[in-house]
Amino acid sequence: MDKKKRNGDLYTFLYAAIMVTITAALLAFVSQILKPRQEANKQVEMQQSILRAVHLADRSYEQYIKDTVVGVQRLPLYICTLDDGSRKFIIPLSGKGLWGPLWGYLALDDNGQTIYGVDFDHEAETPGLGAEVSRAEFSAPFRGKSLYRDSTFVSISVLQPGKGGARTINQVDGISGGTITSRGIENMIRETIELYIKEAYEQTHLP
Amino acid sequence: MNKRTFLDPLFRSSPVPVLALGICSALAVTVKLEPALVMALAVTLVTGFSELLLSLIRNTIPNRIRIIVQLMVVATLVILVDQVLKAFAWEISKQLSVFVGLIITNCIIMGRIEAFALNNKPLPAFMDGIANGLGYGIVLVVVAVVRELLGSGTLMGYRIVPEHWYVSQGGFYENNGLFILPPMALILVGLLVWIYNAKQAKSVW
Repeated sequence: MDKKKRNGDLYTFLYAAIMVTITAALLAFVSQILKPRQEANKQVEMQQSILRAVHLADRSYEQYIKDTVVGVQRLPLYICTLDDGSRKFIIPLSGKGLWGPLWGYLALDDNGQTIYGVDFDHEAETPGLGAEVSRAEFSAPFRGKSLYRDSTFVSISVLQPGKGGARTINQVDGISGGTITSRGIENMIRETIELYIKEAYEQTHLP
Repeated sequence: MNKRTFLDPLFRSSPVPVLALGICSALAVTVKLEPALVMALAVTLVTGFSELLLSLIRNTIPNRIRIIVQLMVVATLVILVDQVLKAFAWEISKQLSVFVGLIITNCIIMGRIEAFALNNKPLPAFMDGIANGLGYGIVLVVVAVVRELLGSGTLMGYRIVPEHWYVSQGGFYENNGLFILPPMALILVGLLVWIYNAKQAKSVW
């Protein structure tokens, strides 16, 4: 095509319009086709995270998590029945770290106070520092810790390393170099559990 | 089309160390080998096919919206790659996170389109794109192997440094945390720039 015609206003305008239409149609088509698979992947990841929180990684989700409860304020609660018949309550958490959102699942024993297990994940924390919260080395020490001290809710403190280490059942060690992410985890647990306690209080009118 | 079109971008005019294109993603995705390989593959496909497509329509593109048309083709291909990864390689797409989307801004792609695809026939343009992607991939793999081996003691997620060497297991060895962080990647890329350019510098000066 000759140069002059190629630089005309109408030609440029039509070219852009056709180009946009073709790419938009193509992308919409591909997105529709791949969506079911992507949703399934997300679902599997969520289920695996819940299973890790109750130390049942790679087992069948349907076998263990049979009940989910949604309260009046739409706060979800997953109920896991272990092989020995004991029940664990799993609470989904969400909060914010240094660079982006944090989330995870916290499993409580059926006294509602002792932590059975946790699993955390993050979107954009610094690899090697804050990103360590998604590793078992960070989440394993939560097991057996308690959200309560002398029947008052105190949540869990994620301590800065180098301050003597976790001593009580309300403390766990944070990550060196990941102070803000560690604090994000601490706030996430406290803020979420407070909501659940409030909801439980409103439902039963009992503390 | 001659052999040089394909072979030069692999070493002699390799995009990262010689042309200084695509450095920032080379720092970001090279903590582990596996995401580096996937990133290299994704960039190779995107450069190859965007150069091919743009070379096919090179004589119809209105000059005033040239860059926008290029960006649109590249962005479309990148979104396709991102969607496919999310559907078929979820774990890896999580590790690469924003960097797949940022392939659009990878200077290698726009640089090669402007410099090569718009002035050449489709087949050489396609070859040039693939070769530049591979040249980028070679650098990524070299940096990632060093960083994963010394920073995590693994390769492709498999343990290379034996477990009982570690101090925590009563051994004598510790992973070097510096290799996980971006500054070490910059140092490694710097060393590669030196190696790649050492021979050519002699002939230039």
